[in-house]
Amino acid sequence: MIYKTFFRRRRQSAAMIVALALPLLIAGWVSGAAAAPGAAARSAGSGLTPPTQNMKPQQSIGKGEGQLNLIAWEGYAQPEWVKPFEQQTGCRVNAKYAGSSSEMVSLMANGGGGQYDLVSASGDADLRLIYGGDVKPVNLKLIPSWKQLRPFLQSPDFNTINGVHYGVSLQFGPNDLLYSTKVFPKAPTSWSVIYSKKYAGKITIPNNPIQIADAALYLSVHAPSLKITDPYELTQTQFNAAVNLLKEQRPLVKAYWSLASAEISLFENGETVVGAAWPYQTGQLKAAGAKVADTIPSEGATGWADSWLLATKAPHPNCAYKWMAYITTAKVQAEQAVSYGETPDNSLACPIMDKLSKGSCESLHANEPDAYFKTIKFWKTPLAQCDNGQNDCVPFQDWETAWTQITG
Amino acid sequence: MVKGEVREGRESTGVARVSAALWRRAWLRAALTLSPPLAWFLVIYLASLIVMLVTAFWTVNPFTNNLEHQFTLSNFAALFDAPIPAIIGRTVLIAALVTVTDAIIALPFAYFMARIATPRVRNALFVAVLLPLWASYLARVYAWIIILTKDGTLDWTTQHLGLGSPNIAYTNLAMYIVFSYIWLPFMILPVYGALERIPDSFIEASADLGARNWRTLRSVVLPLALPGVVAGSIFTFSLTLGDYITPLLIGSGSGTNLIGNVIYDNIGLANNLPFAAALAFVPIVIMTVYLLVARALGAFEAM
Amino acid sequence: MEGRATRAALVVWVAGVLVFLFLPITTIVIFAFDRSNVQSWPIRNWTTHWFLVAWEDPAVRSALWLSVKAGVAATILALVLGSAAAFGVHRFRFFGRDAVSLFLVLPIALPGIITGLALRSFFTFDGINLSLVTIIIGHTTFCIVVVYNNVISRLRRTSGSLGEASMDLGAHGLQTFRYVTLPTIATALVSGALLAFGLSFDEVIVTTFTAGAQTTLPIWIFGQIRLGQQLPEVNVVVTVVLALTVVPVALAARLTGGGGMTRSTVQ
Repeated sequence: MIYKTFFRRRRQSAAMIVALALPLLIAGWVSGAAAAPGAAARSAGSGLTPPTQNMKPQQSIGKGEGQLNLIAWEGYAQPEWVKPFEQQTGCRVNAKYAGSSSEMVSLMANGGGGQYDLVSASGDADLRLIYGGDVKPVNLKLIPSWKQLRPFLQSPDFNTINGVHYGVSLQFGPNDLLYSTKVFPKAPTSWSVIYSKKYAGKITIPNNPIQIADAALYLSVHAPSLKITDPYELTQTQFNAAVNLLKEQRPLVKAYWSLASAEISLFENGETVVGAAWPYQTGQLKAAGAKVADTIPSEGATGWADSWLLATKAPHPNCAYKWMAYITTAKVQAEQAVSYGETPDNSLACPIMDKLSKGSCESLHANEPDAYFKTIKFWKTPLAQCDNGQNDCVPFQDWETAWTQITG
Repeated sequence: MVKGEVREGRESTGVARVSAALWRRAWLRAALTLSPPLAWFLVIYLASLIVMLVTAFWTVNPFTNNLEHQFTLSNFAALFDAPIPAIIGRTVLIAALVTVTDAIIALPFAYFMARIATPRVRNALFVAVLLPLWASYLARVYAWIIILTKDGTLDWTTQHLGLGSPNIAYTNLAMYIVFSYIWLPFMILPVYGALERIPDSFIEASADLGARNWRTLRSVVLPLALPGVVAGSIFTFSLTLGDYITPLLIGSGSGTNLIGNVIYDNIGLANNLPFAAALAFVPIVIMTVYLLVARALGAFEAM
Repeated sequence: MEGRATRAALVVWVAGVLVFLFLPITTIVIFAFDRSNVQSWPIRNWTTHWFLVAWEDPAVRSALWLSVKAGVAATILALVLGSAAAFGVHRFRFFGRDAVSLFLVLPIALPGIITGLALRSFFTFDGINLSLVTIIIGHTTFCIVVVYNNVISRLRRTSGSLGEASMDLGAHGLQTFRYVTLPTIATALVSGALLAFGLSFDEVIVTTFTAGAQTTLPIWIFGQIRLGQQLPEVNVVVTVVLALTVVPVALAARLTGGGGMTRSTVQ
């Protein structure tokens, strides 16, 4: 009888080893089998030619697929223009909000993962998406309103490479200064208010490494010896100076906002009285009755120019084209511009904006000539290669490391 | 008669024969019950962890966001660069404080629930503890902003009481309060379970031996409640180690960053997946050690 | 054992904890009636307008429905796999048993962001598209732990001889399972299922990583919090969900006898 027990124990243990080992072997095989092709696909696209450059875009818009998945900035998919679109085209819109360009890049990994169709990326994300092969060429003949876009936005170098368009320009706007009208009866004229000890503990700025460019922009006026010309192309010395400015600012900052609604709460509750913002927050706060206003100080401002880019693996391309055609029409451009507080790319939007909200065309500068916008330094991805041919500019990954050190 | 032996002519249906065969071969029963869950865990969970942890040894091409499959330890070296060690320390400290706080809050509550409350009151308390878990976690954290912010509910109350304006939102203190609140039900339930299992006879015996109330509490009840506390602490500790939503909503973005939101930022904002994976090693190591200690203290029987 | 003063003190303590637990809940319910979508105290204008908005919002309905689908699927899978694991670990002694019981706790013991990140890396690596299926996989993984814990703690407190007696009396394995084992663990299964569904329904961290363009209710809530334009609608939705779950939770609490066996049961 003893040997029966002995063998039973051994059999039980052996069974367990088999039960454990079998799944482990399967796991190993699955991971191993998947690793080989995956690795090969991933190492492509590291050169300076966009990997999807030669993909032929579709020549006509077919029947809508019934759904459209967008990655958008908060406020870019409002019911005001989404509902009519859904009714007209039958494409149900799902919006996934992202608070920063890097988040959008991350969500769009692997060509949108077969999930997302369009992303409303700003200039600092576009190039990363294009060179990463996550977006593909677009046929502008299918977007009639493209001809109405301002000339400098029809083929800008952040969404058009080698003459190939990867999306369509959308709207643009400044990163402006939001302030409480109770504390500042007159609009501040300089960004120095957000670096000033006078408002210690009542300042807020975005929690985003690209803020270093705003500091650099400030220094380009207030520390001319640094000779900063482009706030996104900084030598190590210039970069360090900007980082130091931000480190000095840190004790004065009440909170760094990551979500637009967080900044809205900060101002609504009186936690902060001045800060860097998007026009969206100003609009929301004013609508809720808060006493705030925004302005672009004398040093100028950084800004964004957004485009809708088409994902390489977009599962609903027809709905995507319908959206791009729709969102660039003058009427919808006006609606979005007034709702968000940005400037439409469509040059015919101005009169419609004034019908929606009197005076909005002028306050949002929709009637200015192209030259006016040279004062806004639009977001672009900081690269090691500077425009002047040197290779010693600080790349974005260092901006991120520095930002972690600034905020701690 | 040998156990399970099929009686001839009666239970000779197919099911009975299979079940008898299984009864005789314990190893087969073991394999059949354990293989599906273990297969799930190994093929999905363990394999996922391995894939993620392997990424920690790679780097990412900053321009194209593609992973470069070259072995390197640079991500782990980066863990020692300021301010990461401070962030890790801050997270562990807050997690420990939250755990202790929740244990202190939970013990009298669970004691009342387990040993004093009538069954009707106990049921009601049970529902009261579980119900907050059904009100969205996000909404509850957001509600705390309304409560703790400048001129929020807390300030309004203290102002009316003449105590001034604490205005503690966007601080580590606020995060500590919110964490203690959110994880409290996860501490109460195991402690309640442990206290409920103490037989009346133990308490009576202790009284028989001459111990007064506090002595019984100290020497009989608390030691038996300990496994429940440790089980609850697994939740409070690990949930704090990895949470990024509370620091995002109620932290200030500087000086309040925890491991969770640094990992999250590196996946999204900084798009540095290998560094995020390397940082993820830290909570994994901490929790594995914690689990081993917890198991030794008998927490696994109390969960 | 406890004196009157001690009892009184404990009642005060319990009341205090209940106030603490329900303070944010009360805030949420109150602010569901706030007209302003920028929420701050005190409320200036009251309205029930947001209830109508939430009722008519198709995004809320589809998010709610998706959460229910994911929760039910994950709970069912977790019930099967979790009880299987509990039986396996409890009944059989095998090599590596301690390691397995430690391992089975990991999905809950490791922070959600790690589980989420790991699962996403795994799905990307194997070229699996994120979808409702991947959401369910993620939820099932930690729901299994909850069911496993509940069932195994019940198994530890019941005597194994009941099953053997049943077999002695001539029942085969399936009959024993149906008539003896299942009733013993029934309430553990119910409380495990309830807790698992609750965790899955409110889960946001792992879901963010395993969802593609799908929106579960917590993801919808997070999107609304980002947008900051219809926050009272969020409060309305949470209030309604809370009202709907009071009854099932109360029933389940009564069913499981307040969470377990009473004190007088044999150890």
